Amino acid sequence: MSEMKKIKNLKEFSTSADRFEGANLLCPGCAHSIIVREVLNATNHDLVLAASTGCLEVCTAVYPYTSWDASWIHIGFENGSTAVAGAEAMYKALKRKGRLKQPERTPKFVAFGGDGATYDIGFQWISGCFERGHDMMYVCLDNEVYANTGGQRSSSTPIGSSTTTAPAGRVSYGEKRMKKDMVGIMAAHGSPYVAQVAPNKWKDMVKKIQTGLETEGPVFINAMSACTTEWKFDPADTIAISDLATDSLVFPLYEIIDGQQLNITYRPKNVIPVRDYLGAQGRFKHLFKPEYEYLIDEWQKQVDATWERLQRREEAGV
Amino acid sequence: MADKMELREIEVWDGNMAASQAMRQVQIDVVAAYPITPSTPIVENYGNFLANGYVDGEFVMVESEHGAMSGCIGAAAAGGRVATATSSQGFALMVETLYQASGMRLPIVLNVVNRALAAPLNVNGDHSDMYLGRDSGWIQFDAYCPQEAYDMNFIAFKVAEDHDIRLPAMVHQDGFMTSHTAQGVCTIDDDTAYNFVGDFKPMNDMLDFEHPVTHGVQTEEDWHFEHKARQHNDLMTKVLPKIEAAFADFEKLTGRKYNIVENYDMDDAEVAVVCMGTSVETAREVAAEVRAEKGIKAGVIGIRVFRPWPFEQISEALKGVKAIGALDRSSPNGTVGMLFNELAGCLVNMENSGVLTDYVYGLGGRDLTKAHLQQIFADLKANADAGKPTTPLQQFIGVRGPKLSFL
Repeated sequence: MSEMKKIKNLKEFSTSADRFEGANLLCPGCAHSIIVREVLNATNHDLVLAASTGCLEVCTAVYPYTSWDASWIHIGFENGSTAVAGAEAMYKALKRKGRLKQPERTPKFVAFGGDGATYDIGFQWISGCFERGHDMMYVCLDNEVYANTGGQRSSSTPIGSSTTTAPAGRVSYGEKRMKKDMVGIMAAHGSPYVAQVAPNKWKDMVKKIQTGLETEGPVFINAMSACTTEWKFDPADTIAISDLATDSLVFPLYEIIDGQQLNITYRPKNVIPVRDYLGAQGRFKHLFKPEYEYLIDEWQKQVDATWERLQRREEAGV
Repeated sequence: MADKMELREIEVWDGNMAASQAMRQVQIDVVAAYPITPSTPIVENYGNFLANGYVDGEFVMVESEHGAMSGCIGAAAAGGRVATATSSQGFALMVETLYQASGMRLPIVLNVVNRALAAPLNVNGDHSDMYLGRDSGWIQFDAYCPQEAYDMNFIAFKVAEDHDIRLPAMVHQDGFMTSHTAQGVCTIDDDTAYNFVGDFKPMNDMLDFEHPVTHGVQTEEDWHFEHKARQHNDLMTKVLPKIEAAFADFEKLTGRKYNIVENYDMDDAEVAVVCMGTSVETAREVAAEVRAEKGIKAGVIGIRVFRPWPFEQISEALKGVKAIGALDRSSPNGTVGMLFNELAGCLVNMENSGVLTDYVYGLGGRDLTKAHLQQIFADLKANADAGKPTTPLQQFIGVRGPKLSFL
C-alpha cells in the first residue's frame, strides 16, 4: 500500500478522506477543506502532517477533538514547515539506526499553512527547509488574507482588495501592492517541483499533488482557497468564484520543474475579463466606483502581462 | 552505527566540549541547531563528531534559533532523542518555541551557554538569558564548571525523558568562564554513559502510524488552564524527586555527588550568599577565608536546579541564617533581583527569618572578585548583628561611577 490513489471521476474525488474528518469547524463553503481532503485522499502513504496557526489549525484540532486520523502537529504560526522538517529528520535518523516501529511504511511529510503563514511570517522557515532539501511537501492554502483573525492584509493580498488593515475608504481603494510571487520565489530555491492549483480544476489539482508527493525533495504547492467570509461571496459559490479566477487567468495554473521548466497546465477556452472575477466579490466592490475603475484596467493589464510571461517561459523552457 | 571514542580517565575539556561529549555519548537522534557565541563550539564539536563517524543521527543546521527549536519540537514529536544548544539572543529568539516545547511535553535537552542580552550587544556571560527562561515550563539545571556541564547533561536526558516527567530540560553554564575555560573533566566511558541514560522510549510518537496522534492542539478557557495546571503540578511535585533519584544513581556510577541545592558550610552559617554559575566557586573560597580570618560563620548556597525552584530545600538551608545576600547576575530592570524575589518567597512565612539583601553583579561578563565577596560577607555580618539591613536593600557591585544602590 504505497502507490497513489487512482481518482477517476468527481464522485471519487468528493469522497470523504478517511484521514480528514468532515467534522471540523471550517466555514461552510471554505475551500480549505476541499484542498486538504484531496491531499490526504491522493495517496495511500502514511502521512506526517503539520499545520501552521490559522483557519485550518483552529478548526480541526480543538481539544478534546481532532479532525485528523493521521499523525499531525501544530507548533506556531511561522514554523509548520520546520515542524515537518524536524519529523522528517527524525524519520531519516531512526531509519538509519533501525529503530522505526513500522520499518516497511514509507510516510510522506506534508505541511499546510495559510498565505499569512507562508508569504509573511513563516517565509524564513520555509526558505530554510527548501534550501536544506527536506523530503516534504508544503501546501499553501492561499486565501489572500489573514482570514482566521478577521481579514487583515497579507503580502498575498492583491491590489485593490479591501481588508481590515488596508480598508477601502473615502480616500483609499484598499490594498496598494501587488500580490507577492511566492511560486516564483519557491521555484528560485531550486525546488524539484512547485505548482499552483485550484480546487475547481480538480483533475489538475490531484495530478499535481500526486506528482508532488512522488517527488523527492521539497515541493511547494500554492493552492487557491476562495474564502467566502473575507472575499465576500455566497458560500454556495466557492467553485463558481474559483472558476472565475482560473478562467480570467487571475490565478493561472502551472508548474515549474527543477526551478526551470515551466508548464502551463490549464488554458481556458474562453478567457473571461478580470472585471467579471472582481465584480463577483464584495472585497473588490469599491473598485467599480468611477474614480477607481482605472484599477480594473490596471488589473487586466497585469494579468495579461503575467500570462504572456508564463507562456514565454514555457516556450523557452528555462 | 556510530563509532565509539576512547576517552582518557581525565580529559582536558572546556564547558562546551564537555557538553558536546555528553551529547555524543547519549547518541542523540536529531540535533537541529544554529550557532551563536559562546555556545557555537558545542554545535561545531557535534558537527565534527558527525563528520568523523562518532554520531549517526541527523544534524540539521537550520536558519535561526527559532528554527532550531521548531525543528527539535517536530523531531521530538516524531519520537526520538533530541537536543540543541544556544545562548543569549538566540535563546531570546527561541522563547516562543520554548513554551511550545514544554506545553507539548516534549523531552528536549537544550544546552544554554549563558550570555548577556542586548542592548548594548555583549557576548560575555551573565544570567539574563537563563532568567528569561524561568517561566517557560522547562527544567533548568545549572553547571558551575566543565565537569558539571558534562555530568548535568546525563541527568537532564534521564529526567526529561522519564515517562512520568516528559518535560524539556536546559543545562546552563556560564559563557566563556565555563564554556571556554579548559579544566580536567573526569569522563565516563561511552557504553556506561549511554546506559546511564538508556534507550529512548518513544511516547505519542508521530512515526507510529498505527496510533496517529494530534500534537499541539487549541484549547481556550475551557481546557487551557487544566493543561497548564497539570504541567505546573508535575514540575512542582514530580521533577525534584526524579532528579534526586538520578543524582543518587549518578553518584553510584561515578562517585560524584550532586544535590538539588549545593550547600557549602551551611550547617552553622550565620550569613550566606545565594548564587549560581561560576560565582559559586568564588563565593565558597571567600566564605572559607572570612570564616578562617574574620571568624564570620559564612556559607554559600549554590542553586543546582533553578526550575523547578527548590522551595523546600532552600527554605531548609536558610533556617537559622541571620543574613542572606542574593547575588543576581542579571539586571532586574526596575525591581529587586530574581533570586532576591525567590528567596523572599522562601523566607516570608519563616519564623525568625534572616535579613535579605540583593546584590546585582557581573553584568556582561564583568568579574566578580574576591574583594567584592569579602565586602558582601562583611555587609551580611553587619546585618546579622543588627538584625536589620545596615545597607540599602539592593546594591550594584563592580559598576563604575558613584555607588549605585536602591531601596
